[in-house]
Amino acid sequence: MSVTMPTTPSTPASGALTYEEKRHARNLGIAYIVLAGITMIFLTGHSGTATFNLDGGRSFGLPAQPLAWFVAASLSVVAGIQLWRGFGKWTNVVLAMASLLIFMSFLSWAAAGREFSFIGMLASAVTFSTPLIFGACAGIMCERSGVVNIAIEGLLLNGAFTSAFVGSIASGWPGMGPKSGFWVGVLAAMITSALFAWLLAWLAIRFKVDQVIVGFFINFFVLGLTSFLSSRVLTENPDYNDTPTLGAWKIPLLERIPVLGQILFQQTVFVYAAYVLVVVFTWFLFRTKWGLRTRAVGEHPRAADTLGVNVLRLRYRNVIMAGAIAGFGGAWWTATLGRFNENITNGRGFIALAVVIVGRWHPVGALSAALLFGLFDSVADKLSLLNTGLPSEFIKMTPYLMTIVVVAGFVGRSRGPKAAGQPYESQ
Amino acid sequence: MELELRGITKRFPGVVANDDVNLHVRGGEVLALVGENGAGKSTLMNVLYGLYKADEGEILIDGVPQHFTSPRDAIAAGIGMVHQHFMLVPVFTVAENVVMGVEPTSLGGIKLDLATAREQVRTISEQYGMHLDPDALIEDMPVGLQQRVEIIKVLFRHAKIVVFDEPTAVLTPQEIDDFFVIVESLKADGKGIVFITHKLREAIKVADRIEVLRRGKTVGDADPKTVKDTELAEMMVGRPVDLVVDKAQHEPGDVVLELRDFTVSDPSGRVLVDHVGLQVRAGEIVGIAGVQGNGQTELVDALVGLRRVAGGTVHLVGQDITVATPRDMHRHGVAHIPEDRQREGIVKDFDITENLALTGYYAPPLSSGLTIDWKAARTTAEHLVEQFDIRTPSVDTGVGTLSGGNQQKVIVARELSRDLKLAIACQPTRGIDVGSIEYIHERIVALRDAGVAVLVVSTELDEVMALADRVVVMYRGKVVADLPRASTSHNEVGLYMAGAKESAA
Repeated sequence: MSVTMPTTPSTPASGALTYEEKRHARNLGIAYIVLAGITMIFLTGHSGTATFNLDGGRSFGLPAQPLAWFVAASLSVVAGIQLWRGFGKWTNVVLAMASLLIFMSFLSWAAAGREFSFIGMLASAVTFSTPLIFGACAGIMCERSGVVNIAIEGLLLNGAFTSAFVGSIASGWPGMGPKSGFWVGVLAAMITSALFAWLLAWLAIRFKVDQVIVGFFINFFVLGLTSFLSSRVLTENPDYNDTPTLGAWKIPLLERIPVLGQILFQQTVFVYAAYVLVVVFTWFLFRTKWGLRTRAVGEHPRAADTLGVNVLRLRYRNVIMAGAIAGFGGAWWTATLGRFNENITNGRGFIALAVVIVGRWHPVGALSAALLFGLFDSVADKLSLLNTGLPSEFIKMTPYLMTIVVVAGFVGRSRGPKAAGQPYESQ
Repeated sequence: MELELRGITKRFPGVVANDDVNLHVRGGEVLALVGENGAGKSTLMNVLYGLYKADEGEILIDGVPQHFTSPRDAIAAGIGMVHQHFMLVPVFTVAENVVMGVEPTSLGGIKLDLATAREQVRTISEQYGMHLDPDALIEDMPVGLQQRVEIIKVLFRHAKIVVFDEPTAVLTPQEIDDFFVIVESLKADGKGIVFITHKLREAIKVADRIEVLRRGKTVGDADPKTVKDTELAEMMVGRPVDLVVDKAQHEPGDVVLELRDFTVSDPSGRVLVDHVGLQVRAGEIVGIAGVQGNGQTELVDALVGLRRVAGGTVHLVGQDITVATPRDMHRHGVAHIPEDRQREGIVKDFDITENLALTGYYAPPLSSGLTIDWKAARTTAEHLVEQFDIRTPSVDTGVGTLSGGNQQKVIVARELSRDLKLAIACQPTRGIDVGSIEYIHERIVALRDAGVAVLVVSTELDEVMALADRVVVMYRGKVVADLPRASTSHNEVGLYMAGAKESAA
């Protein structure tokens, strides 16, 4: 048992930096220099003004080349100050500002001499973040109770397939239109993903099979199964793969707020559901009996067990509920595209796991992280429309690349539930 | 309320852990259950707490037979347990830990009512004079206070019988005194107390009645007012035991180990061992006393090369070995008995031969360059098993299946069976039976008499006082006292351990 003494051995004098902090500050300074160099070499290459369109015909323009030079110069100054004496409590603010500058400079470079729908990019960032939020909440629900669930990808993929397949069939039932058929599909997606999650729970909790291996098995099984059914059943019968896409559900009044209205309040039901989920889940996790027990079981299951909390039952329940959430999240693809394609989730379930880590196992943190990763997705999506000269393969790669960069910055600084991944054996 | 265990028998494959055990305790009474490690105390309590199902016998409360299938049942029947290893969630507050499982709620049983929880915790805490802040985080609290949280957990569930499993093992001498005060107030309140321990002096001090368990059987009871600790020890072990370590005067020789300004810090730069100066001479036992977590572990880890030394020097017979690796240390004639037997001392899934070969497998006579000569290893092992009195069916037995005492003897045999200049023993007798303790203490004294420098690190003050020629006390990473054994007392060392006293060490 680790025991923390009150009489913690002497800490360095207040104000002094620890070894770790010093190293971190130095690395950050070096990173600024590297970014300044990249900005100078690559982003000064396009001349012309990039026009960023907002809503209601408004827009603003940024001259690509001067901006890039300005950003490079600012970054150099920032790097100098960072290495010289650091920014203290402003470190993270400066980092955020610097990231924003680079981001804008990059967009100006990409859209130099053209028009670019800035607000469209932000709105679709919100859209793209939706399945990540569902996936991450499912992941948090499992990991907080001590089960590592890397099968989120498979659960999302199953949700996408089942909602498309069952949704298409159900809309043909007597007395049922395409709309209500779609929701039958969503229900089926939740149920089947919950079943897959139950399989994970059963193997991992009951038989103590390594959770990562079970997760991998489910991911590959779902990928194989849906790909097979897709090519054998859906391609042969196009009627089985045709659901309505869900239109935007504009929220009265709120949708008229300038800029924000179009980004946040002209979205589909799935987006609003994600936000409701985050609020409700946060409340449940930190304010209810269930939340207290879930967190206890994820941190110190034996302690919970000796107080009469049924560890295994709670883990089963959470994993199965998480499955239903992921199944619902998977239906987002069907709602957006109106059909299923092979491997349509394309790794978003794994990015959701990164979102869990970056969001520090907190639903609100996960929401912020999901928006960030959603932004990467959305930028990649918009870039492919602009003729930037970047190879399209590279553009498709960027969301994953940025995931690695962000997660690498977080590793070691984000601590997960202590008992996550450990099977529990009652005495 | 009266609790009675009648004829409890619990068998595990190959062993009878409890054999027809009878026990009873009444409200307002303290029963001490003493026995060696492995005598079946913990098994018995796990049966009582619903964690194990007894094969035979019954549990009666006020004469009514009970059927416990889980801790929930035992709790409902009014039985509370304070475990040896605390069952607390470190990132939770006191109140959250206390109410878990029986949370006060609102909104139809969904919402956690933390305000009420806090209030209830504060009430109980005040009632028994425990002074706990319901909002304090467990991970920020000292062990003594964490134990109080455990006690409040039990009281919160309206326990009438409270079982303490080795409650004093992790406490400082002063915290132990505070603990006994709390036990008295529980007793005055009419709670029945079962106090499990292997420390006889404590049992005699606090109990109204003492019950002795040996090899799963109750071998008798004793009245603490009249019984002597030697008599209790004999009942516990089954033969006369010498509680005092036999130790003749011995003149120390030259300095073997010398630390100067020895400093160790953790990766974040926090200083864990703070400019320690220490000398150990040939033929001298230096004991490091201190409450767990005051830098002793880190000191030894850095000394034997398992941790980076942040500053200062280490000399072994005049040679600078500050940056030596564990193998260098081994070659220099340094033995290390690590504090965590299971994790650092042995490989549980290896057999005895393999474990004994761990320090010498790479060199003759065990190795001929490419391959290990298992025949030679086996012969050596058989020899050591005999020499160090390791009780095992054969040298091919998995070390994990041996008792704690025999596992420790395997480590002792491996580490001490060669030419040594210095032996470092950390918690050498933690959790092992009296017979093995006696044996290991004898070995350590024999080493000293043979002219080896010995450094003993122990959080058991009794052990340090029994073995050491010189007592060094560590507190918050510093050496706060360096005293000749002959001219110091338990009490004085205890005060240094608690940081209540400081000398120019």
